[in-house]
Amino acid sequence: MNSSETNVAIKTQNLRKVFGDNVAVVGLDLEVKKGELFGLVGPDGAGKTTIMRLLTAIMTPTSGDAWIAGHSILNEGEAIKERIGYMSQRFGLYEDLTVMENISFYADLYGVSARERPARFERLLGFSNLTPFKERLAGNLSGGMKQKLGLACALIHTPEILFLDEPTGGVDPVSRRDFWRILYDLLKDQITIFISTAYLDEAERCTRIGLIHRGAILMTDEPSRIKETLGTPMIEISTPDAREAREFVSTLAGVRSVNMYGDRLHIAIEKEDLAGAIMDSLKTKGFSIEGERAIIPSLEDVFIATVKRQEDGTVRG
Amino acid sequence: MFERIRHLIIKEFIQAFRDNRTVFLLFVTPLIQLFLFGYVATFDVNSISTAFYDLDRSYESRELARRLESSGYFAIKYRPESQQEIQDLVDRGHVLCAIQINRGFAKDLKRGTPTQIQVIVDGTDSNTAMIAMGYVNTVIAGYGKERMNSLIRAKLSKIEFRTRVWYNPDLKSRNYMVPGVIAVIIMLTCLLVTSMSVVRERELGTMEQIMVTPIRPIELMLGKTIPSAIIGFFDMSLVTVVGVFWFDVPIKGAFLFLFLCTAVYLLPILGIGLFISTISKTQQQAIMATFFFFQPSILLSGFATPIENMPDIFQYVTYLNPLRYFLVIVRGIFLKGVGINVLWPEVLALFVLGVTILILSALRFKKRMT
Repeated sequence: MNSSETNVAIKTQNLRKVFGDNVAVVGLDLEVKKGELFGLVGPDGAGKTTIMRLLTAIMTPTSGDAWIAGHSILNEGEAIKERIGYMSQRFGLYEDLTVMENISFYADLYGVSARERPARFERLLGFSNLTPFKERLAGNLSGGMKQKLGLACALIHTPEILFLDEPTGGVDPVSRRDFWRILYDLLKDQITIFISTAYLDEAERCTRIGLIHRGAILMTDEPSRIKETLGTPMIEISTPDAREAREFVSTLAGVRSVNMYGDRLHIAIEKEDLAGAIMDSLKTKGFSIEGERAIIPSLEDVFIATVKRQEDGTVRG
Repeated sequence: MFERIRHLIIKEFIQAFRDNRTVFLLFVTPLIQLFLFGYVATFDVNSISTAFYDLDRSYESRELARRLESSGYFAIKYRPESQQEIQDLVDRGHVLCAIQINRGFAKDLKRGTPTQIQVIVDGTDSNTAMIAMGYVNTVIAGYGKERMNSLIRAKLSKIEFRTRVWYNPDLKSRNYMVPGVIAVIIMLTCLLVTSMSVVRERELGTMEQIMVTPIRPIELMLGKTIPSAIIGFFDMSLVTVVGVFWFDVPIKGAFLFLFLCTAVYLLPILGIGLFISTISKTQQQAIMATFFFFQPSILLSGFATPIENMPDIFQYVTYLNPLRYFLVIVRGIFLKGVGINVLWPEVLALFVLGVTILILSALRFKKRMT
C-alpha cells in the first residue's frame, strides 16, 4: 500500500444496492480521506441510510465493493466493526436502561477492558454533559441528550471512523449546535466522520460534501467550492406576488431553477448577463419588483438547481 | 465470547425486571394457567344430576337408588312421576341422567329372571355421557351380582374381575393435566420471550446498533436464548412445586431427570422461537406467529385428546411436534416414575428435532440486514 492509499478512510467502487426493482444506490464511487468530516447530503429517501448500512457492513451490496480503513465490506465486516462507530437514526439506545447501563452495555459488547473504563466513561459523560444524569433512564432524556448519549455509546471503543446517520433529526437547534461543537472536537483527535443529513445548513459545516439524489451522488466537493464551481449565477428579487412571479419566471429561457423564500425569489440563471432580460420581462408582465441583487447561492439553491438540471438531463437523454 | 454473552443475559434480565408487566407475564401467568387447568379443566364426573323414576316402589328399587347416591357419582335430584316429566327434565338440562325402574323389578329379582332398567343419558356432551353410563352400569351390575350371590349362595367356583388401575389409581384427571400444563407453559413462555426479545430490538432500532458491534451471530443468539431458557427452567420448577404441594400431584420420578429432560425439550422450542424472530418484523407479528404455531401443537400433542384417535395423516404430523414427546416424558416422570431406560426414545427424538431446528434457525439468523 502506498502512502496515498493509507490516507484513505473510506473508498467505494461502483457500489450498488437494489431492492426488488427499486435501485436504492446507483453505482457509488466515493473516497473520503482520514480526518475529513464528510457530509452525505440529500432529501429523505435519497438512499442515505442504505449507503450508511452498506458502509458499516450490516447490509450486503448487490454489486461493487467498498473499503473501510482498508478492509472490504464484502468479507471483512468483523475487522471493520472493530474500527468504526455508528449511530443509527434512532440512536440505538435502550430506553428502559439508564444512561450508565447503556454506556456499560456497549463497552461490554466492544470488550473495553475494566482498566480503561473509568477514564473513558468520565471523558464521554463529560463531553456530552451527561454526568449528572448517569442514573436516569435513557427514555426520560430529552432528544438532544439522547443524541449525545447515542454518540457516547458509538465512541466507547475509540473508533477511527464515525458514521452518523441523520444524527440531528428531532433535536432542538441549541442541542444541534452543541453536537457540532463535539464533532469538531473529535476531528481534532483525527477521527474521520461520515455524516448524513437532510439539512443543508448542516452540510455547510462539513469539510466536504456529496450531494445525493435518488441513490446517485451528483457531485462531491467542499461546500464553498460546490457553490462556486457550480457557478450558477443567481439573482434575488423581492416581489409581493412571489407565487405568480415564480411561475412566470420559470417559463423564461435561460432560467435553471426558481426557489421561493417568503416574498423573495432566488432565480438561478445560465449566464450572468441574462439578469437584465429577466428583470425586463418581469416588469413588462406587470410585476412590481421591490428589490433586486446578485447573490451567492446557498447550498440549498445549488442542490435544487443541480437536481433540476439532472432531471432535465434524464428526460432529454 | 462468554463475557459478551454474560453481559447480554444480564442486560435482558435488567430489562425484564424493570418492567412490571413483563415480570407479571413471566412469573404470575404460569401460576394462573396452572390453577385454571388444575381446577377447571377436569374430565372427572361427580355428583351427576339424576332423575329417578320408580314405578316399582319396592324395597329393592329404593335400595338401588340408595346405592347410586352413596357411590358419590350420582345425585338424585328429581323423582319424576311420568315419562313426560323425564323428557322435560332432560330437555331443560336439569338432569344429565334419568333412571326408570319398571313395575315388577323386585319380583323379577326374587324369581331370578332377567329384568330391565331404562337408563337415559343426555349425549350432548358425549364424553361425560359415556362416563356417566359407565358408572350406572358399574353400580347396577354390582347390585345385581350381590343379589345373585345371596340368592344362590353358590359353592360353585366363580370368575371374578378385579380391576386395578396403575399409576393414577383414583383416575384423577388433575394428575394427568398438571404435568401437561408444565410442558405447555414452558413452550408458550419460551417461544414468546425468545421471539419478542429479538423482534423488540429490531423494532426499536437497537438491533441495528448491535449489528455494527463486533459481536458474533452465535453470541447474539445465545444471549437471546439463554435468558428464555433460564425463565423456562424457573417456570417449570415453580409449576412443579405448586403442582406437587398444592394439587397433591404425585411426582414419582427424579426431579433432576425432569430438569435434564426440560433442557432437551428447550432445544426445539428455542429454535422455533428464533425462527419466529427471523420471520417477524414487529412484535405483533411475532405474537401472531407464536399462536399460529402454538394452537396446532397443543391439538396435535396428546395434551387433551389421545393421538391414537386422530386420522393417520395427523398422527404422522405429531412426530414433528416437540410437545408430543415431552408430554410422554413429563407424564412418565410424574405418574410412572420411569427414567431414561424407558423414555430414551422420546429424549432422543427431542434432541434430534431440537438440533435440526436450531441449526436451520441459526442459518436464517444472520447479522445482516436485508
